[in-house]
Amino acid sequence: MNILLKHIEYPESTELKGYCESGGYKALSKALDMKPSDIVDEVRRSGLRGRGGAGFPAGMKWTIASMDPKKPKYLICNADEGEPGTFKDKPILEKNPHLLIEGMAISAYAIGAEYGYIYLRGEYPEAKEILEKAIIDSYAAGYLGDNILGKGFKFHLFVYFGAGAYICGEETAMIESLQGKRGQPRIKPPFPVNEGFLAKPTVINNVETFANIPYLVEVGAYAYMKIGTPESPGPKLFSVSGSVNKPGVYELPMGTTLREIIYEHCGGIKDGKKLKAVIPGGVSTPIMTADTLDCPMDFVNLPKYGSMLGSGGLIVFDETADLRKVCLRITEFFEHESCGKCTPCREGVGWLSSILKRMCSGEGKPEDVELLLEISKNILGKCFCALGDGAAIVVQGFVNNFRPEMEGRAGAQA
Amino acid sequence: MIVKQRAYEAKEALLMPALYAAQREHGWMSPEAMKSVARALDLPPATVKGFATFYDMFRKKPVGKHVIQLCTNVTCILSGSEDLLSMLSDKFGIAPNETTTDGRFSLVAMECIGACGTAPAMIVNTDFYENLTKESIFSILENYK
Ligand SMILES: Cc1cc2nc3c(=O)[nH]c(=O)nc-3n(C[C@H](O)[C@H](O)[C@H](O)COP(=O)(O)O)c2cc1C
Repeated sequence: MNILLKHIEYPESTELKGYCESGGYKALSKALDMKPSDIVDEVRRSGLRGRGGAGFPAGMKWTIASMDPKKPKYLICNADEGEPGTFKDKPILEKNPHLLIEGMAISAYAIGAEYGYIYLRGEYPEAKEILEKAIIDSYAAGYLGDNILGKGFKFHLFVYFGAGAYICGEETAMIESLQGKRGQPRIKPPFPVNEGFLAKPTVINNVETFANIPYLVEVGAYAYMKIGTPESPGPKLFSVSGSVNKPGVYELPMGTTLREIIYEHCGGIKDGKKLKAVIPGGVSTPIMTADTLDCPMDFVNLPKYGSMLGSGGLIVFDETADLRKVCLRITEFFEHESCGKCTPCREGVGWLSSILKRMCSGEGKPEDVELLLEISKNILGKCFCALGDGAAIVVQGFVNNFRPEMEGRAGAQA
Repeated sequence: MIVKQRAYEAKEALLMPALYAAQREHGWMSPEAMKSVARALDLPPATVKGFATFYDMFRKKPVGKHVIQLCTNVTCILSGSEDLLSMLSDKFGIAPNETTTDGRFSLVAMECIGACGTAPAMIVNTDFYENLTKESIFSILENYK
């Protein structure tokens, strides 16, 4: 599978020249000869689902935004990639910036946006330089600006550099941050497609979602849907880390099984050890046990196995991993990143991590595991955004799947 | 430059880049740095402070010449970054979020920096280092005088 990472194999893929020589910007040219609404329809027909975590149908988002009469409209690329275990947008940002720019330009044309922002996480300074250079080159070559490719379409694109707040990956917090505010989520509705940046219709998509657009436009929805599964079509980037022989970013069809990813592509478990558990889609997706290897990795099948596709950031644990400690570390992460707006998340996640801390240091109480479950239940669904939910379902996942180990019963194995 | 001129169509979007510029000049988010940003953008000082203190990468106190930002999230701890962190603490005599007395290094324990495939990893100032080992980490830091 070689669509999203295709250009990376060409020398100087970050350069405009290299990108164009391998077929880049052809889709933009084709798109500008189409009617904007036809592009939106094509994306809707393709069934492309957002790659940032929630899997919302991109075509539906674009349709709602393009039908809203308010003007101007804005386009935002979510390049905040803060979910631990996730590093799949990075190769696009650092090695294939023009693919993102082309995808955004097509999308802007389709929904009628004249301004776009790439909200890039502060921890990717290299990507910032590469993107900014690519944008300057695109302006010079007429792929961005007031009259793109001489076809009368105007689109301006800017990089907005974040400053280390995971919550700004949540779309409404991202808009707040772009508007010079603390990154605290807004209540929904209204949704950003109707009232987003500066209260105007705003489409926010993940880097990888935009990276799918040029190919989709080039081959059409019908051919695009042949990749992946009917409910989750298209290619997917999986970032795999932890105890595998060959960690890295892999582009595979949606629905590839966990087994194939770990054993065929990543060369199996390190040092011949046994697989113990997998987090399938970044740390806010529930951990899975070793007997779920036949699960196809897509938006529909992972929930059947009690988890979610999330960002597609797999973390693989071998038999030596101390899962209680991992659970603590993840919970501390959420505690640190909670924006503090909603009480159940701000206080509840802190409680979760202090209970886990005492459990890990041997001072746990018999009722602690039940307490974890109860607090989790009281966080779930009670906040503006899904950050606290992430912490809650993750703790539930550890307890439900690895209860003996979480209870600290000696020699316990799940 | 085209990008620079038109970069912030909305005035609101200026606060973040302005704070970055101020931090580059002052080294950290000193009261003067925040005051100068508030003046330049005509914003209430409280708005600027509220914003600056929300984001981790705006330094709340002075830092050393070089900032070692070692990742301590899940994949990195599976690969031994906690040991690396305590080695650095021992060697330089500082805990995370502290600065050596000679002002050469500050140490920060980071949340995920997106280098899980090449863990453990750190960012020194703005330079990325991956696949760190107990040996390599010190030889890398030798280059930061
Ligand atoms: C706490 C939190 C963090 C998030 N972080 C990211 C992120 O880093 N990158 C991302 O693309 N989406 C992230 N999302 C999802 C976004 O809110 C949004 O759904 C996504 O950007 C939409 O793009 P898509 O439809 O193309 O996936 C996050 C959501 C939450 C609740």
